[in-house]
Amino acid sequence: MAQITREDVAHVARLARLQLSDGELDTFTDQLAKVLDHARDVEALDVADVPPTAHPYPLQNVLRPDEVRPSLDRDEVLASAPAVEDRQFRVPPVLGEAP
Amino acid sequence: MSEPTGDSALGIAAAVRSGTRRAVEVVEEHLTAIAARDGEIHAFNLVTADAARQAALSVDRRVAAGDDPGPLAGVPVALKDNLATRGVPTTCSSRILEGWRPPYDATVVRRLADAGAVVVGKTNLDEFAMGSSTENSAFGPTRNPHDTSRVPGGSSGGSAASVAAGFAPLALGSDTGGSIRQPAALCGVVGMKPTYGAVSRYGLVAFASSLDQIGPFARTVADAAALYEVIAGHDPCDATSIPEAVPPVSAGLDEGVAGLRVGLVTELCEAEGIQSDVTARVSDAAAALEHAGAKVDDVSVPAAVYGLSAYYLIAPAEASSNLARYDGVRFGLRVDAGTTGEMYDRTRTEGFGAEVKRRIMLGTYALSAGYYDAFYGKAQRVRTLILRDFEAAYQRFDVLLSPTSPSVAFPLGAKTADPLTMYLNDVCTIPSNLAGHPAISVPFGAGDAGLPVGVQVMAPALGEALMFRVAAALEAAAG
Repeated sequence: MAQITREDVAHVARLARLQLSDGELDTFTDQLAKVLDHARDVEALDVADVPPTAHPYPLQNVLRPDEVRPSLDRDEVLASAPAVEDRQFRVPPVLGEAP
Repeated sequence: MSEPTGDSALGIAAAVRSGTRRAVEVVEEHLTAIAARDGEIHAFNLVTADAARQAALSVDRRVAAGDDPGPLAGVPVALKDNLATRGVPTTCSSRILEGWRPPYDATVVRRLADAGAVVVGKTNLDEFAMGSSTENSAFGPTRNPHDTSRVPGGSSGGSAASVAAGFAPLALGSDTGGSIRQPAALCGVVGMKPTYGAVSRYGLVAFASSLDQIGPFARTVADAAALYEVIAGHDPCDATSIPEAVPPVSAGLDEGVAGLRVGLVTELCEAEGIQSDVTARVSDAAAALEHAGAKVDDVSVPAAVYGLSAYYLIAPAEASSNLARYDGVRFGLRVDAGTTGEMYDRTRTEGFGAEVKRRIMLGTYALSAGYYDAFYGKAQRVRTLILRDFEAAYQRFDVLLSPTSPSVAFPLGAKTADPLTMYLNDVCTIPSNLAGHPAISVPFGAGDAGLPVGVQVMAPALGEALMFRVAAALEAAAG
């Protein structure tokens, strides 16, 4: 496996919606490379025949009765929102310039 | 005024329930201790003094009316600040949750109230529980009460320090890769991670959902067991909560260890960076158990050596997904911008600290096209190997023993320059998270500079009763 590059880090930062300065890109590239280098022991293992474990205590089909129950109080939830309009979350324009 | 550090939770609860001590006096003593020393320690992000006084008053009123307020009546408890408390700021020690007042209580918080406990405040942590020293907090580090030039461990460093400093006899933390046990070891207190699913995660702000568990801190094993019993049990609000009844642990605490088979895990005693002062105490602990009648032998858990690497792929992968919700839309920080997309970017860039960004990017990378199989997929298969190796070990042994942390508490700043060096602190604690098994750290003597050393006892899923029993025997032997 090739070493993680500065371009890789810039790409994942974009995917994760984080803006990095040039200096941060250098630092993170170096640090992530070290962690991934340590992970080469796992990468090198031949475990093709071993099933993956996603969850340590398997529970299947966890269901509850389909009954109407009280949910969170709307005003209490909106009280912690950064911006509210007509009892809904308000956000900047999704596309294009602000009106 | 009595010295709060000497009071056990069970002692306080017994006195308050019988009416020989008032909860309001108990809470006042602890608030006084906090006011006197938390400026130096910084265990708390927030001290909820007024609410604590109110809660204590209502406990006293119930006692006066002939009611029983519950098993933790009047006992002060500190909560890690990643546990949701209704109407009370819950920050995860991150700027990104600025201004958030949760509209609900975590299930463990409700259970504490139902048991008569008195919450005294919210404790500092590494941002979003990512770290091993509590230095990654947006609000500054917590200091170790045994030596304030050193870290308390992490990520639940504030909870560990609050119990060690006598600010509260009990605290709750969360443990994803050792975040309860490692700070417990470094602060010289008891810290326990339950079986995955034994304690509801409802209201615990998610870091890595397949690994996170809430658990107790205490100064004694019996206190930790009592707190565990209050918080454990099925909760329909957490789909990963174990539906069966959780076995009780307090009743058999003093039954001793005669005839129990204890395995000393070779790979964890010889892991990267384990210091000789720590291994010496682990050997002493093994000898003490042998002296108490247990059969102790070395055991190999070969896949444990891959635990650290597997964890630092799986946990960041889950974190990168869990932390996608912090986008400035519904709660917490918003950094305004011309478009929603730009607002997301600016909010996350300004709201998250460096370690959180590092893990989000590591996880995003491990899950990204072309690397998923090589990293995340392999790490999940290693998780299976670790489960299999533990299963084999538990055929021959009832519990396993190892160091909790590679070293005693280290100086502030000693490991902040290189993330990998910091990650190595978790080498002994991670395997139990990957397996979903319970594990506990018990103080056992001193290491370098006279600082506390913790010994870890591990058990198979839902093996808490035996694990606590061994912990109690170690506590008795440590004196």
